[in-house]
Amino acid sequence: MSMKNENAVVEQQVTELDDDVVLDVKDLVVQYVVKKQVVEAVNGISFSLKKGKAIGLVGETGAGKTTTALAIMNLVPDPPGIIKSGTINVCGHDMLNLEPSQLEKIRGKDISMIFQDPMTSLNPVMTVGEQIAESVRLHENVNKQQAIQRAMEMLELVGIPGERAIDYPHQFSGGMKQRVVIAIALACNPRILIADEPTTALDVTIQAQVLSMMNDLKEKFNTALLMITHDLGVVAKMCDDVAVVYAGRVIESGTLEDVFNQTMHPYTEGLFNSLPNIGKRDTELKPIPGLMPDPTKLPKVGCAFADRCRYATDICREKTPEPRFVSDTHMIACVRYDEPDFSIEGWQNE
Amino acid sequence: MSKKNTTASRLSSQYQKENRTAMVWKRLKANRGAFLGLIILCIMFLLMIYSFIFISYDEISAIDSKNTFQDPSWEHPFGTDEMGRDMLKRTIYGSRYSLAVAFGAVGIGMIIGTFLGCIAGYYGGWVDNLIMRASDVLSSLPGTLLGMVIVTILGAKLINLIIAVGVSCIAGFIRMARASVLTVKANEYVESARAIGMSEFRIIFTQVLPNSLSPLIVTATARMATAVLSAAGLSFLGFGVPVPNPEWGALISGSRNYLRFAPHLCYFPGLFIMLMAFSCALLGDGLRDALDPKLNK
Repeated sequence: MSMKNENAVVEQQVTELDDDVVLDVKDLVVQYVVKKQVVEAVNGISFSLKKGKAIGLVGETGAGKTTTALAIMNLVPDPPGIIKSGTINVCGHDMLNLEPSQLEKIRGKDISMIFQDPMTSLNPVMTVGEQIAESVRLHENVNKQQAIQRAMEMLELVGIPGERAIDYPHQFSGGMKQRVVIAIALACNPRILIADEPTTALDVTIQAQVLSMMNDLKEKFNTALLMITHDLGVVAKMCDDVAVVYAGRVIESGTLEDVFNQTMHPYTEGLFNSLPNIGKRDTELKPIPGLMPDPTKLPKVGCAFADRCRYATDICREKTPEPRFVSDTHMIACVRYDEPDFSIEGWQNE
Repeated sequence: MSKKNTTASRLSSQYQKENRTAMVWKRLKANRGAFLGLIILCIMFLLMIYSFIFISYDEISAIDSKNTFQDPSWEHPFGTDEMGRDMLKRTIYGSRYSLAVAFGAVGIGMIIGTFLGCIAGYYGGWVDNLIMRASDVLSSLPGTLLGMVIVTILGAKLINLIIAVGVSCIAGFIRMARASVLTVKANEYVESARAIGMSEFRIIFTQVLPNSLSPLIVTATARMATAVLSAAGLSFLGFGVPVPNPEWGALISGSRNYLRFAPHLCYFPGLFIMLMAFSCALLGDGLRDALDPKLNK
């Protein structure tokens, strides 16, 4: 349906970004098939990431953010997950058409991933030093001692004394564990780092520390970052570009400035309206009514957000929104913008 | 930099030598029960070595018809049997069979069973089905019958007895390994191991297996006692160590006819089997705790 149009969009992005692009995702469709029910997790997401830049993938729980990340690593659990179509290009490698042995060489070396919960993403029976060293030894031709030395340097880099390499994960606090996880991910100096809600499991003060540390390391190693989060504050702090995902589609994307200050999509507006305003503590929050549509029963035609959208008209349920560019960088997918004088109220005015 | 280098090399050598083995050893020593078990097992091994050097086969098989069924005394601390053979020597001599059966059979069962169980649990799908149905078939056969068949095919020798008993405990290990692998593989660290580019095989043996080991160790130690007893059962039926050889189980079954007037004939081999099972259980429990870094004090 919207395939042709989205291809056009992608071409535009690629010509625009050319050589510097380290990650390029085109028309990615991922489904989970469970007992004849098809969960449409990702329905044609496209974006690309330039060297050293950061893009934020924002959306509610179940919008398909994590599935996108796993698909980029080609780690979607199969069964039940199927990558139906699309292409993923990581530093020139076509991730979806590689042998497992080639994939193992790319994972950790060119592209690395940080998982959501640091409490469970470290192996409890290995010391943290060994775990970092393991990552180094998988990709670089070093002996055990050199690998451990590298592990200690990495620990120092993330703000943990190198001597603690001989400690086990349970001897670290949550924030420190997440630092260790980051050290493992960055041990081989990957060109792309995927961070899947890296601070969700941490408390707010630790969040800030971990984020600013990630920012420093990103600058230092010139790593491109794909930040997956539902926290708009994290995006504002870390990212250059933003893609807002709803029901497995990008509904608005652009630079931080585009999406935050020239918000155009009603869903993005709803997201901002759901944030408390620290200046006006007495105002009521305006949450988006309703819930995400069941991903097994997404509408075949029309906008998936129509039922929750306060601007929705009949046309929203009849016509599938296609991406449109309102400036060089700013993309939205909303049918209402067919009307020349349509505009949303905007969240800054509140 | 050079200072850092030396720190690193100090730490890394410390790491390889002290950290792993010494930590386990230290924790094992701190656990009194486990240490006791270890000592008893060590004594048994020493006795076995002693028997290899100082007790000849003639000495334990020579018939002395004047001194049959003697009660324990200073001359014969464990008494003598129906042919006047010294029970102490026979029991000590028999330790080689029983220890070999206990460790050999459980070793075979554990290695093969754990390997198959890991593969089944980790890969799932048709591999899982194939292995689990095969193990169902294996566990549906009575252990003794299976052992008899194997010994009949291979011949009545100690090594075949070990294989027979080992095969009959494979199914239990497959089940146990699969169950714990299923819980461990759902953990996020397995996924993040994949994300740093670790191969599936390496993930199984460095991430999944070490984390699913503790129930396996406990099962293994519990199986050791059963292995000795099933070996005894097979020996009794004539499918094991040939009759005059003093395997502990064979000693007990040989003594059953004289239980009424010479009970000491079954006390001592029984005591040894019990001591071995007991110390294995203690050691296994302690080992499980010692291998778990979280219980570090």
